[in-house]
Amino acid sequence: MPIQRSIVGIDSPGALTQALSAAQYIAGDELATAAYLALALGKPLLLEGAPGVGKTEAAKAISAILGRQLVRLQCYEGIDSAAALYEWNYPRQMLAIRQAGENYVNIYGDEFLMSRPMLEALRDPGGTVLLIDEIDRADHEFEAFLLEFLSDFSISIPERGTMRATEHPVVVLTSNRTRELHEALRRRCVYCWIGYPDPEREAQIVMMRASAVARDTATRVVAAVNRLRAEPLAKPPGVAETVEWAEAATLLHEQGATWPVAFRRAIGVALKDQDDIAFMSGQIDAMLEEVAA
Amino acid sequence: MSPSTELPRAVKPFVDFSSVLRENRFAVAPEQTSAFIAATGLLGPKSMRDIYMAALTTLGPEPERREEFDALFRLVFHGQSVAAAADGEPDEDEVRAYDERDGAMEPPEAEETNESGGDATGDEILSIRSFTGLGESDALRRLSREANGRLPRRASRRLGASRSGSRHDLRRALRDAVKRDGEVLQLPELKRRLRQRRILLLIDVSGSMKAQTEGHMRFAHALVQACDRIEVFTLGTRLTRVTRALRNRNRDQALATASYLVADWDGGTRLGDALGAFLNVPRFAGFSRSALTVVLSDGLERGDHRAMSEAVERLSRLSWKILWLSPLASGTNPVPETAAMLAVMPYVARLGDGGSVARLCSEVLDFSRRAA
Repeated sequence: MPIQRSIVGIDSPGALTQALSAAQYIAGDELATAAYLALALGKPLLLEGAPGVGKTEAAKAISAILGRQLVRLQCYEGIDSAAALYEWNYPRQMLAIRQAGENYVNIYGDEFLMSRPMLEALRDPGGTVLLIDEIDRADHEFEAFLLEFLSDFSISIPERGTMRATEHPVVVLTSNRTRELHEALRRRCVYCWIGYPDPEREAQIVMMRASAVARDTATRVVAAVNRLRAEPLAKPPGVAETVEWAEAATLLHEQGATWPVAFRRAIGVALKDQDDIAFMSGQIDAMLEEVAA
Repeated sequence: MSPSTELPRAVKPFVDFSSVLRENRFAVAPEQTSAFIAATGLLGPKSMRDIYMAALTTLGPEPERREEFDALFRLVFHGQSVAAAADGEPDEDEVRAYDERDGAMEPPEAEETNESGGDATGDEILSIRSFTGLGESDALRRLSREANGRLPRRASRRLGASRSGSRHDLRRALRDAVKRDGEVLQLPELKRRLRQRRILLLIDVSGSMKAQTEGHMRFAHALVQACDRIEVFTLGTRLTRVTRALRNRNRDQALATASYLVADWDGGTRLGDALGAFLNVPRFAGFSRSALTVVLSDGLERGDHRAMSEAVERLSRLSWKILWLSPLASGTNPVPETAAMLAVMPYVARLGDGGSVARLCSEVLDFSRRAA
């Protein structure tokens, strides 16, 4: 795979950061560098991080700036090739046989082949971004299969022969790291660990994503969320929760609630686990008073 | 050396960095080194920050080893010596891993034995344990009889024909239909086949487990005989792989070979270090991947148990589930007794009674039913 220094006019991580922020995604330094290198070197991009830090959103933003369609493959335990690669449209094939009667009919033509995400990306490598989401949920056999796909970008269909991509498609993999991925898979990819954004950047994200949130509300919400993340919670709030909490609290404040009360009443959008809410209930009021002051 | 094989001087630190990482047990493939060099070229490089970012993204260290990675980066590229990470030499206190294939592994002579069996000692007491013959208990017979149906299984990716499957086998239906001029007489069905899940058995052979070790080894032998996919290691002051020894169907011979291989019977307990050594050998760590990991240990850890809880956390991310069988835990739903056990409980699927061979057998056989 030849190295491409410039992709759609983006020739440095800095330029990519700007393009991403135009696509409503504020990327950190590390992510921008990793994404730029993945595109330039023609390697898959592997994003790991806690749930809710914006891994899937990053893939969406990348496809938006490249002007390509995002093809998403959501992984789950037991995912198989019929869901990931292709399947024949058997009912149509049978109907075609019945209809043809004595005549010849090719039941392995394109009209009977249903592409699944990986084949779709392979057929149009220049026009798609393949997102393989939550790869840690799939079993390790699928991971091994994926490895083969990512190394030569070809799929063999017994009835049709091998199909090979004309160029390397852009592939983004995400993992919540509920289990360790195979070393062989990691080393084929450009790797980026996405942490929670720092308070200033998170406030920027809130301002950008939420419709009508004032700057100091955003700062307060981010401060509160960071306090929550420091606690040993089962499900710490992600970036999406921060945005929702800011929006919900703003709405309640407009209806006449004071800030601490508005935050307190909207806590359900930030903490979505009964045990977490129970754990925090003793200290949440004091914490919110402090943040809102 | 011919000129063509000599590295350009500018490239040397990059290659050096990869080998320093490998010495420190980071997995770095040659293709990653070349990607690192290409990435550095792409980013400028205008500053050390560019080189660092290129290293971070192409060599991809695990987030929890980031500090170690940073220290090594400073060592190679800034010439700073960092005491914590720079020691390439294994220190004396490190647990070493032994594989029976390593050959030429003479077990050293025993100097003393830990008579009490109660305390965990730090001294590496090496001895050859002789297993006194005991009548085969009913529990072990039951284990080999019932293992086939009751050990945990996982769905394979292969589909097999089935009477009541989860999906129609349209491919076969079509093939049949073509034979009969497009007439479909019945819809065959498919189901994912089930395979026995791999089991990883880690046996603590330290002094505090002295009373149980013999039973544990007989249990291990019965389990190895009963299932297809299993790996067995003993943990003590050393880590030894005994799977191949236990494959021998003759129990006395198998246990004698194993006893010869394991040089650290009844020595001190350094469970955290031994588990760490296990995880640091990629070939061994791979055995735990999506396996049921069974640990036979009392979880008595000398001193600080942080190494142990970190190792168990890593193990839990690799394994399917961890079943911890401790002789200190009794009853149907035991509670952790030691501080070290308490610390690892979040990563352990079940803490079970490991008091006797019969209890071990029923815990392992019942695990998949309990997990379901």
